Amino acid sequence: MTMLSMPLGALSNLVAAADGPYIATGEAPQWVALIPALPLLGAVLCLICACLNVKNKAPGYLTVGLLAGSFVTTLVAFLGGTDNYGVATIFRWIHASIGADSGTSLVSNFAFYFDGLSMLWMLFVTGLATVIGLYSSEYMSGDKGLGYCRFFFAFNVFVFSMSCLVMADNLLLLFLGWEGVGLCSYLLIGYYYKKPEAVAAAKKAFIINRIGDLGLLMAIGATFVVFGTVELRPLFEMIAAGIDANGEAIGGTWAVVVIPLLLTAGAFGKSAQLFFYVWLPDAMEGPTPVSALIHAATMVTAGVYLIARMFPLYAADDAMIALTVVAWAGAITAFWAATIEFAQYDIKRIMGYSTISQLGFMFAGLGLLGTTGAVFHVFTHAFFKATLFLCCGAVMHGFGGQLSLRRLSGVMWMKGFGITAVCMLIGCLSLSGVPFTAGYFSKDMILAQAFATPGDMIGGAYFIGLLLLLTAAMTAYYTFRVFFRVFVGPKYFEPGDDDHGDDHGDDHGDDHSHAHDAAKEEPGDALHTGFHPHAPGWAMNTAMVLLAVGTIVIASLYFVNKKEDHGWAGTMVKYSSAAYASPGLGHKGDGEKKDEAVGLLPADAEAGAVMPVSLVAEGVVADEDATAKASGTLFGYDPFKIMYYVSAVLGLIGIIAAAWFHGPKGLAGLGIGNRVEPAKVRMDAVAARFGPIPRWAENKWYVDELYHIVFVKVLLVSSHIYHAIDKLVIDGIVDLLGSLPRWLGSLLRPSQSGVLHSYATGMVAGSAVLVALIVLVALL
Amino acid sequence: MVDLLLAQSAFPEAMSQHVLAHYLFVSAAMFTIGLVGFLTRRNLIIMFLCTEMMFQAAGIALIAFSRFHLNYEGQTFVIFVLTVAAAEAALALALVVFLFRKRDSLSAEAWAEMKG
Repeated sequence: MTMLSMPLGALSNLVAAADGPYIATGEAPQWVALIPALPLLGAVLCLICACLNVKNKAPGYLTVGLLAGSFVTTLVAFLGGTDNYGVATIFRWIHASIGADSGTSLVSNFAFYFDGLSMLWMLFVTGLATVIGLYSSEYMSGDKGLGYCRFFFAFNVFVFSMSCLVMADNLLLLFLGWEGVGLCSYLLIGYYYKKPEAVAAAKKAFIINRIGDLGLLMAIGATFVVFGTVELRPLFEMIAAGIDANGEAIGGTWAVVVIPLLLTAGAFGKSAQLFFYVWLPDAMEGPTPVSALIHAATMVTAGVYLIARMFPLYAADDAMIALTVVAWAGAITAFWAATIEFAQYDIKRIMGYSTISQLGFMFAGLGLLGTTGAVFHVFTHAFFKATLFLCCGAVMHGFGGQLSLRRLSGVMWMKGFGITAVCMLIGCLSLSGVPFTAGYFSKDMILAQAFATPGDMIGGAYFIGLLLLLTAAMTAYYTFRVFFRVFVGPKYFEPGDDDHGDDHGDDHGDDHSHAHDAAKEEPGDALHTGFHPHAPGWAMNTAMVLLAVGTIVIASLYFVNKKEDHGWAGTMVKYSSAAYASPGLGHKGDGEKKDEAVGLLPADAEAGAVMPVSLVAEGVVADEDATAKASGTLFGYDPFKIMYYVSAVLGLIGIIAAAWFHGPKGLAGLGIGNRVEPAKVRMDAVAARFGPIPRWAENKWYVDELYHIVFVKVLLVSSHIYHAIDKLVIDGIVDLLGSLPRWLGSLLRPSQSGVLHSYATGMVAGSAVLVALIVLVALL
Repeated sequence: MVDLLLAQSAFPEAMSQHVLAHYLFVSAAMFTIGLVGFLTRRNLIIMFLCTEMMFQAAGIALIAFSRFHLNYEGQTFVIFVLTVAAAEAALALALVVFLFRKRDSLSAEAWAEMKG
């Protein structure tokens, strides 16, 4: 980078540059190309299976095998540690020179950038894709044949695109992956293409995502204009030095405000935040494994990834405008989605809104400068939300597509659903933030960060914290509302109207006899003779157990490298572009690890900053050079300490409220529930007191209807106007021009009589005139 | 060159201008008769014969000038023209037969397909 060799003396106000974010300068091994290549191979094999009209589970098992290979490759790369961090150029892709003589060129190789962030993301993307692929191989078995091939084709292409997105070495490849995952999301939401709701949901997801993608595309363009490159490494080097392509300081310019805001628009679209969230609940029309993988665990976190990836650019703005927007949008979305969940009855939709809400937490974490907490929450959320979705899917699969909270009860006590219910309980505990679960630790980091970050950095951080605390309690309530109503209590079910289960006979041949016995006991079955729930088979159970165990195990990651980096996620973040010495956490032991360039600090870091309470108390920070920011407190204590108790209490309050309002009588309802009939709960009486409000919430606060009026109707009316203008004005002019030759022609047309003699006479007369002229000329 | 041609010619003497005028008169008369016939008659065969007559009128004029100038290219050309005319006559009569079969009439007025 020639511009980096310019004298830095001119940039005296950018002294922090030397201490910039971690930039992976090494070379990543070439074999990391296997990570996206194996799913791509899987996609091709699925296509071949489709051509050969394969009618067995071969595409599913092929996919699982190849994805497992991809996961193992990722794992090997991960175990190689920071030595593997760097760029691996697979092949030259785009090398375009811009302008005649400026020498600027757009270089965008098909290359992968490996640092802690991409590594962490790839671990759970490939890992969860493998497990969920296994689950799908059974879940989708009702569609064996072309549908099965189609499903796994899109599944493979999704994993390929997601790895391109996450591992991209430049923004263009990232954009390719970004659009690729959007396409696969569209294809898989609309998988049941004969169902109008599914098709509408697919279109909705695609169109809303396009709006956000426009922002991302503009951000990439603006990045190229300002920095002259879209490759991450030179980009980070320039941002670290605080200069643009011309060597001028970027601090305080439009670039550090507008580019992050445009990136944020893209991230909001993909991650269903703020105004863009409406597509995600509808996306639950797709098959449940898709909801689990794409619309809960991986694709929707791409927005979080984008912001974490480009975090140096966000942090380059001293006023932190974009980050404040991100933080507030995340908090508001988290709260808003939680209010809707209170009144939803479709368990998959509840999980969909819960995903929106949890993504809101992650965005708030990023916006509050707590990248470690946000990234850790992405990781834990991927596990427990995938678990929850797979369990919901098992219930849906078993009861003919029944998803209503009111028509299912006591699933846990039904034969074959024990594993499902236990896994569901583990997922619910983690989502509610019950102490010592994965979700508890990751959510706490975000919640505490809100109180640690001073309001003069992120405006209103304290209020964001209060909003998030409230939302955390609500989360525990709505999560256990599902559990108490569907999984425990009196046994009852009404099968859904989905014929999903009917063509399953061959797969569940052995399960049927058991299931049938179980069905006879069901009181609800009397109305629906002939239907019997089928319990999940080995593949679905294995997948659910793997994820549930994973959910438990990853909680321990919080204690890995706890002292140095605040958990394993912190270590990963430290060696990534998202490294940031967030207020309250700072970076400990900065003095001896200077060369590792731990975190980016804003240039205006005050010298006399107050040390974080905990760090001072523990005597960890003795280093005078440590440049941690002033951090706030909660009730006068270090928020990172007291949050363990505050959030635990709030989570338990939520669970107890759920047990009181929805729990069954007896021990399963924690002894305080009184539900004896499937759908009669204490909440009904409470809800009745609120008048129409619960109904409004059930109708999602009429946001879809509002959008319908504000956007769809307006577009419809304006398109009618354009249609009229097109018909009358544009077509009129063209028709007028077109009619002119016809009118001229009609004047000459009578000369063509079609009679031979008239032509002959004409010819003779013409010749005669010609001869007469010649004679005349000759005579004269 | 001219001397050699004159020596080999069976009619070494050039035609007088007076005699040429006679030939040209016959040619012009034939052409006019053919033209008038072509314009006035409706029978396709007669019309075709009229065109043949105009054709031959042109041939006579060519031969006459050829003899007048003692240049035999004109006569050679007429022999080719006659050959072509014979072939063309066969083709034209075949067309007339075809047209007759379509309309059961030889009248040129039976056909006006190209009316604009």
